[in-house]
Amino acid sequence: MTTASAAIAKPSRRRSTLNRQRSIAGFLFVLPAVLFTLAMFIFPLLMTVWMSLHDWPLLGQATFLGIQNYVEMARDKQFWASLWFTTQYTLLVTPAIFILAFALALLVNTALRGIGVFRTIYFIPVVIGLGASSLLWVWLLNDRVGIINGLLLDLGLIERPIIWFVDKNLALAVIIISVVWKTVGFSMILLLAGMQAIPEELYQAAMVDGANYRQRLTHIMMPLLRSTFALALVLSVIGSYLSFDQFYIMTRGGPQNQTITAVYWIFNNSFTYYKMGYGAALSIILLIILGALSILQLRILRDDVTY
Amino acid sequence: MTGTTSSTTIHSTSSRMRRRAGLFALYVVCVLLAILFLFPVFWSTLTSVKPPAEASAVPPTYWPSTFTFDNYLKLNKYGAGILRYVYNSASVALITVFGTILLSTLAGYGFSRFHFPAKNVLFIMVLAALMIPFQSILTPLFLLMSAVKMQNTLFGLALVYITFQLPFGVFMMRNSFDAVPREIEEAALLDGCSTWKMLTTVMFVLVRPGIITVAVYAFLNAWNEFLAALIIMTQEVNFTLPIMLTSVRSGYYGAIDWGALQAGITVTILPCIILFLFLQRYYLQGLMGGAVKG
Repeated sequence: MTTASAAIAKPSRRRSTLNRQRSIAGFLFVLPAVLFTLAMFIFPLLMTVWMSLHDWPLLGQATFLGIQNYVEMARDKQFWASLWFTTQYTLLVTPAIFILAFALALLVNTALRGIGVFRTIYFIPVVIGLGASSLLWVWLLNDRVGIINGLLLDLGLIERPIIWFVDKNLALAVIIISVVWKTVGFSMILLLAGMQAIPEELYQAAMVDGANYRQRLTHIMMPLLRSTFALALVLSVIGSYLSFDQFYIMTRGGPQNQTITAVYWIFNNSFTYYKMGYGAALSIILLIILGALSILQLRILRDDVTY
Repeated sequence: MTGTTSSTTIHSTSSRMRRRAGLFALYVVCVLLAILFLFPVFWSTLTSVKPPAEASAVPPTYWPSTFTFDNYLKLNKYGAGILRYVYNSASVALITVFGTILLSTLAGYGFSRFHFPAKNVLFIMVLAALMIPFQSILTPLFLLMSAVKMQNTLFGLALVYITFQLPFGVFMMRNSFDAVPREIEEAALLDGCSTWKMLTTVMFVLVRPGIITVAVYAFLNAWNEFLAALIIMTQEVNFTLPIMLTSVRSGYYGAIDWGALQAGITVTILPCIILFLFLQRYYLQGLMGGAVKG
């Protein structure tokens, strides 16, 4: 840039100092954010790697262990159980969110008068914190004061209150319902945006050719939504893989530690047992899993279809 | 001839009726779903204004006999009082909002309008945090906060939240500045406007929608965040609302007072819903903008 302008016009010394000044100004503008990222993100990230090679108590000296923490992980039954439980949860909650989100998106994509109001209503739980919504649901589901048991009893559907959180599968089922309630609006809006980006002419052309609603859905909308589907899917999978709040609040990991997720197990090691080195090693494994999922996400986004 | 006409009329009337019935069915579905989505929030808010005995009744009661704020008064007896926790949450959220706006606007302007060495590397580095879940760096962040004596401080927690918000904020603001035509800037430069003055007067107004979007996300995420607050705040007096309510629910203060808990939940979620209803447009814009990059 500088050489090129110097070659074309000689009397541009003033211009090149101006360029230099602008270059410095630009650097100064981004500097605070860059320093912040270095101190609060890059440094902790490197420190996680470093800590994972140590026995690192809250107080006192850290001792270098090499890969001992990673070896220990292989024998850590709860770690594998947590990883498997998180996978199970992800595999169950993702399709649930997805199918409902797609149905809702189809519904709010109709040209009904006042549909915008319904769109907003379905989205409202998304802006509530997961902590608050978990506290809310644990009360709704309570066996003594909860309205869900109250309604089921009053309608004569059950004989006595169901204690949801004493059984792993029941607990998982109701947590999935609460999470779907809280997050389905997010995927709905993503899919809706994808649907609205499809040009109306494509549908009209298909209608002229005699395609019915279902055919237009399966032959035009679904293929064109492929990348939106993929995006919503990957976001949902990553979010589910990192879940903590709902299990910490609603089941506290019980019954018998059966609902401890991966992040929950990291939390327990680092902040309950203060085995911070081991917690860091677990974090690295989680990072690798999530990194693989992110790469997948990027690859999917790269072959985005344009219409 | 006449017969054909009348048969068409009949046909179109019946199809119009079928269309009407279809529309009606759609509305019924919409309304039923709306009830399902709103019910938990409505029920919690309603319970919060029931008399405490009715709020904790077994089995639960339906409509309150009278409306009172007793549950809110009872909630205020826990720990340092509800106002303290509202103050904690609000301060952390506001510091996060201002810090995120400041850092992202400056960086967004720099990345959008200037050329300097290693620009792309730095941009990718700032955005990299989008790829890395914050849950995996919480242990060192906790140690870092302790080392600089900012553990258990509202400001320290806000710094952590600014870190989480920065990638989205910078990305959003870079795009906002990119969308401003360069001619406006050139005209201002010709009028003798300095780079700094340009940012604070001309550009600031033009990228305001982007700033509001970044602010809404920063506020909601800071107000609602759970795990980092649980780790960084270990002294009761510094708890944010979600952490404080979890202590109420876990029986930390004795038997669980369900009415008081609903008062707490209402205080926590209503600001989010109101903020969203007013700034919906900006929130959804951010969702679209952010989704592209994950």
